[in-house]
Parts: sequence; C-alpha cells; structure tokens
Amino acid sequence: MPDASHASDGRSMFAATRKVYPRKAEGHFRTIKNRVNALLLTLYFVAPWIRWDRGPGAADQAILLDMSGRRGYFFGIEIWPQEVYYLTGILILGAVGLFFATALFGRVWCGFTCIQTVFTDIFVAVERAIEGDRNARIKLDKQPLSAAKIGRKALKNGIWLVIALLTSWTWLIYFSDAFQSTRDLFTGETSIWMLSMWAVFTASTFLFAGYAREQVCIYMCPWPRFQSAMFDEDSLIVTYEAWRGEPRGKVPKDGDFSGRGDCIDCGLCVQVCPTGIDIRNGSQLACIGCALCIDACNGVMAKLGRPPNLISYDSVANQVARAKGRTTKIRLLRPRTVIYGAILMLVAAVMVTVLALRDRETVNVLHERSPLYVRMSDGSIRNGYTVKVLNMRREPQTFRLSLAGVPGATLNVIGYGERDAATVELPVEGDVVGTFRVYVSIPKGAKASGIEMILESETTGARIVNHAPFAVPGS
Amino acid sequence: MVDPTKHETHEGSKPSGPKTMGHEWDGIAEYNNPLPRWWVIVFMVCVAWAVVFAVLMPSFPAAKDYFGGMLGYSSRASLRGNLSETADARAPWLEPMKTLDASAIAANPELLQVAMRGGEVIFKENCAACHGVGGVGAKGYPALVDDEWLWGGTIPEIVQTITHGARNEDPSSHASLMPAFGRDGILQRAEIMTLADYVLAISQGQAGSDAGRTLFEANCAVCHGANGEGTKENGAPALNNQIWLYGGARNDIVAQITTPQHGVMPSWNGRLSEVDIKQVAVYVHSLGGGQ
Repeated sequence: MPDASHASDGRSMFAATRKVYPRKAEGHFRTIKNRVNALLLTLYFVAPWIRWDRGPGAADQAILLDMSGRRGYFFGIEIWPQEVYYLTGILILGAVGLFFATALFGRVWCGFTCIQTVFTDIFVAVERAIEGDRNARIKLDKQPLSAAKIGRKALKNGIWLVIALLTSWTWLIYFSDAFQSTRDLFTGETSIWMLSMWAVFTASTFLFAGYAREQVCIYMCPWPRFQSAMFDEDSLIVTYEAWRGEPRGKVPKDGDFSGRGDCIDCGLCVQVCPTGIDIRNGSQLACIGCALCIDACNGVMAKLGRPPNLISYDSVANQVARAKGRTTKIRLLRPRTVIYGAILMLVAAVMVTVLALRDRETVNVLHERSPLYVRMSDGSIRNGYTVKVLNMRREPQTFRLSLAGVPGATLNVIGYGERDAATVELPVEGDVVGTFRVYVSIPKGAKASGIEMILESETTGARIVNHAPFAVPGS
Repeated sequence: MVDPTKHETHEGSKPSGPKTMGHEWDGIAEYNNPLPRWWVIVFMVCVAWAVVFAVLMPSFPAAKDYFGGMLGYSSRASLRGNLSETADARAPWLEPMKTLDASAIAANPELLQVAMRGGEVIFKENCAACHGVGGVGAKGYPALVDDEWLWGGTIPEIVQTITHGARNEDPSSHASLMPAFGRDGILQRAEIMTLADYVLAISQGQAGSDAGRTLFEANCAVCHGANGEGTKENGAPALNNQIWLYGGARNDIVAQITTPQHGVMPSWNGRLSEVDIKQVAVYVHSLGGGQ
C-alpha cells in the first residue's frame, strides 16, 4: 500500500509548521494599516450600542439580527424572515465587491480589512508589547521555562483572552439586544446557550488570532486558491522588481552598486511578513498583500541611498514596462473592472429598488386540501383556506377581505364578521402575522377553478389581490 | 517516522518497506505499523471521558438498584421536567380555558387561535381514526366539515357529544335506534322501494310520489321531520339534502331502511381533560359547518 502522506520518492508531503515571528515594520503602509484597524474596530465595537427609536415596545437597537424575535433591523430598515433574500443580495454585493477590489488593487481585503488579518495584527501587537520584537521573541521561546517566561506568556495569553472575550461578546450583541444582554450578564441571567456561544466565539478568536494566524490564510481560507483568477497583468499587487534587485549580494563596502542588483539580501522583507514568505520569489498563494515588506525594504533603500520601491505595490504590466525602460501607467479602467463595477451597480440598484418598493403588508393564502371541497346541505360548495396577513408596519391595521371572480361567492371567517358575508373585516396588530380560517362558498351549480381574494387595508388603502385555487367536485 | 532499517522487514518487500512483527504463516506476515498518534490521543481522551462519565452519570448495575452517578441525572426526571416546563409555557392560555366555557373560548380571538391549534392536535390523535383527518368523515362516520349535524352543531352541543358520545354505556350518551323496517316486517318490500324513491326525490328537492309521502309521514316523519329535515334530539339525519351518512344510492337507502346501521361514538369524558374537550369542540366547530 502506498502511503498517501508520502511522495513517490519517500519524502513526506506534510510541511512541519514553522512558527512565524513577524518583525515590526514602519512606514506608509503600516500607517494605513493602523488607521484601517482603528476604523474597523471602532465600527465593530461601537455599532451594536447605537440606538434607533422604533416606537414603544419595539427593538431600539440600530443594527440587530433578532433571532428569537425573527426580525432583522438596520437603522430604518426592518427585515422579516421571508425577506431574507436581501441577505443573499448583500452576499452577492460582498462577493462581487471582493472581485472588484481584487481586480483593481490585488488582495487589499486580505491585507487590510479581513477580520483574520485585523485581529492577528492586534494580537501580534500585544505579543510584541509584552515579549519584545522578533529577535526577543525567538530568544524567549528558546529559553528554558522560568518564572519570568511563564509570567510573560501568561500575561500575553491573559490579555489575548480579554480581547477575545470582548470581541466575541460584541459579536453576540449583534444578535441580542446589547444593553439588555450585557445587563443580564452582570446579573447572572444570561442563558446557558448565550454563554456557550460566547465560549465558542472566544475560543475561535483566541486560537485563530493568537495561534493559528497565517495558517488560517494559507490552509483554511478558500480565497487564496482562486485569487489568481481575479488578477490580470494590470492588477496592483505586491511585487519585487527582480530586474533591479538581482543579482543580490551583501552591502558593498565602497557603496558601488554597479554591476549588481539593489537587493542586499538583508532579509527584512521576510522578517516583517506576517505569513513568513519571501516576496522575492514572486506572487504567491500565501501573500496576503499587506505591503509591510514594502515598508521594510523602503527603509533599507533609503539608508543605502538607493531608489525606493524595490518591492512595490505595482502591476505586472508596469514591472515589465519598467524593466524595459518604458513609461508606466496605472490602468484602472479595464474590461474586467468595468464589468465587475457594472454588476456591482446593477445588484445595488436592484436591491435599493426592491427595498424601496417592497410591500409592508403581504398575504399568504393556503388552500385546504383535506378535504379539497365540502358539499353543503343546500348543494353549495365550500373550500377552506388559511389566510395569513403579514402586517409589517408598526401600527395595527384593519383589512377588508372580499371576493371576486365567482358570482354569489360568500365568506365565513371563523371568529370574525357575519356568516355568509360579502366582506369581512380582519384586524391585525402591528408587526405581527394575523392568521385567519376562511371558508368560501359558491352557490349550487356555479363553476369555478379559482377565486380572487381581495384584501384592502382600511388604514393605508393598500390593496392586495390573491388568486386562490377553488376546487369543485369533478375538478 | 521510525527508521525502517532497524527492524525486520517482510520478505520480498524492499528493505525500506514497512516493518513486520517478525512472524509469518504461509507467507503472510503482519505489519507492525504504529497507531497514528492522533488516533492514540483521541482514544486516550475517550477513555478519560468514559471514566468521568461513569462517575458522574448512571452507569453500573447493582443487585437491586443501579449506581445513579454523582450528578443524579435521570432521563425520567428530565422528561418530567420538560413536560412541566411545557405545561408552564402553555398555562397562560390553558388556565383561562379551565373556567371559560367553550363558546367563550371561541369568542376570544387569542384563545380561539390556541384552541384551534391545540384542538387540531388532539383531534388527529383521538378523532381522526373515524372522522378522518380534517374531519372529512367516511361512510358511516359523520363528516364534521359540512353543515349537517346529527346531534347539533353549536359549540355546547358539540361539547356534549364529545363528552358523552353516542350509543355507549355512558348514561348521558346520545341514544336512538332506527327501527329495522324491513327485517322486522314493519314495511313490505314494495313499500320500502316506494319509500326509498321518495327519499331520493326529496333529497334532490323534488316532491316525490304521494304513496311515498304517505308512507314517510306514517313511519319516518316522527324522527326525520315532516319534510325530511331531520331532528337532532333523535340524531336523525336530514334526508332533504345531498349529504348521506350511509350512502345516497338507491340500494344504500333501501339497505338502511331494511336493516339500519347505527354509529357508536365513545364517551371521551375521563379520556380527555375538560380543557382538551373544549379545544376539540372549538376546532370541530371551526371546520366550517359550525352553527
């Protein structure tokens, strides 16, 4: 039996995990990353606490996915479970947006805004503050266990745990009222499910950002696998100017770089890399496009007095042009980006239109099939229906139910209105689904295959016509 | 990985092949591959978990009893707890139903919804076997969806019928018997035929023969009414419509006059709680024919 874990020459196909100790980088992109981190984390941690008045008795959290109440709230927009296709729309927007951004600027999502990147960045910053920068951390890990080492590791893990607890609690209060849930936490009234979810999200935050880090990007995330399909030669990516850097060598003592490349093989670009790769090997799966190697290299180039951007945020086309001494230009307007942009606009337009035109009252009519019809003693034929009226407005509404399509058809609604009436008034409270048992009778001998149920709101004047089936003997 | 050259290898395999246990029967040797480490770890964790579980949860049989575990867990107690939780959750609606009568329940929109849903479940479990799912009925078993009622279609009458049933040992049950006009020789064969034709005619809104009318008034009208409209005091079905309990063909009518069949319904008093009976009554009343 051949061993699946080994190649034919007997070498193991598993690469042992090599711990990455990212070195601190300083420069243009590090500053951008810090600002993006601050912005995203502020949004994330503050958003669930924002209030939005929706009237008495209603949830007053601006952004809330109320699972137990089965409502989604986003400021003035309220989503019912049957409108969950908006979520699909948002996912489509997210996916196309990701393709669009990738075609334009490479893996900016991965490098700057992905939750894994942001939290790994924060956790590494904590690690750096406690254990020191790269060299100090490598040294500490090689030391035998001592009180000082245990103390530092414990402090680091403790702070990580606190961050993870806050992060995951914030996640939970997007699904359950922020103030009420947090109050319950301090009064000990939090449900065991909420606590379990808190533990699960805390553990995943702690493990992913503290220990798994780049492993998540390289081995768990599907995005790097097909990112190359999103690139073309005009996409901006983090790239090494091999034509200018090679052949690399040690710093020349006389400062003469003639006849050799600018790369002094200092290895700083590798040391600052959060995924531990060497960008000089070209664009690769594990590169998340954070551009910290550009910061590191530019610092070195400045010291040596060489031109900056040996590693640069540039397109492959420009690299080729530069190598040949031709002028470069950044082409943002390309068929690929235009099409992605158009799809993005289209989906957004459709969503906004649908949202603006959506009905705030809907009716679902379920035709009774057991029995399909009932012959009454006077020979009339009766069908049963369950009519569900969704009043998505906050205020109660009264709906006037009437029939059309079959002359002489009459209504009986269990619990409401007169017997054999032409119209029946159905009151529905605000923000609820009113369920009514409705019977429709047609006179003896009348022919029908369907009937129109007309629902008119006396409150708003909205008119809904529902074509319901009507079964008769022999149909 | 273990260095394969330090161990015996199976004859015929390359020196670098998997090591064997060193014994061989008929050319078959046993590999000596180590268990994967992850497997061993999982196994050890399972063993540890089993020990902890055995201490905490009911695990060992004893001579008379069993070791109940330190947590004192019992699936019966858990079930009881769940049932009482459910009962508590339902209490806000079921409590008022205890004091209100079924008509008052039907008049309260919220309780009406609850009773219709609860009654539907109880109906499916207890009544649908005879009356059909949704109360569609069958030959010999009255349909509950139409507007013809043997024993009355108002809510109190439905409660009465469910509580005490029909033609059973309950002293309060509905009781009536139709005479066997043919078998007992009350009417002659020809008279029964005339009568059956008359009943068929009035069921279609026609006048029917004078001979039939005379026979009907003499023998049937006392229970089924002068115009065949039925009387609920006797559980006598209306005959002047198209709804038939034992079939509407001429043969069916002849058979029923000759040797009548009678439906029996059990008394649900004691089998269903009062609240359950009220819910079923509201549900049956809501099936469309309720009066």
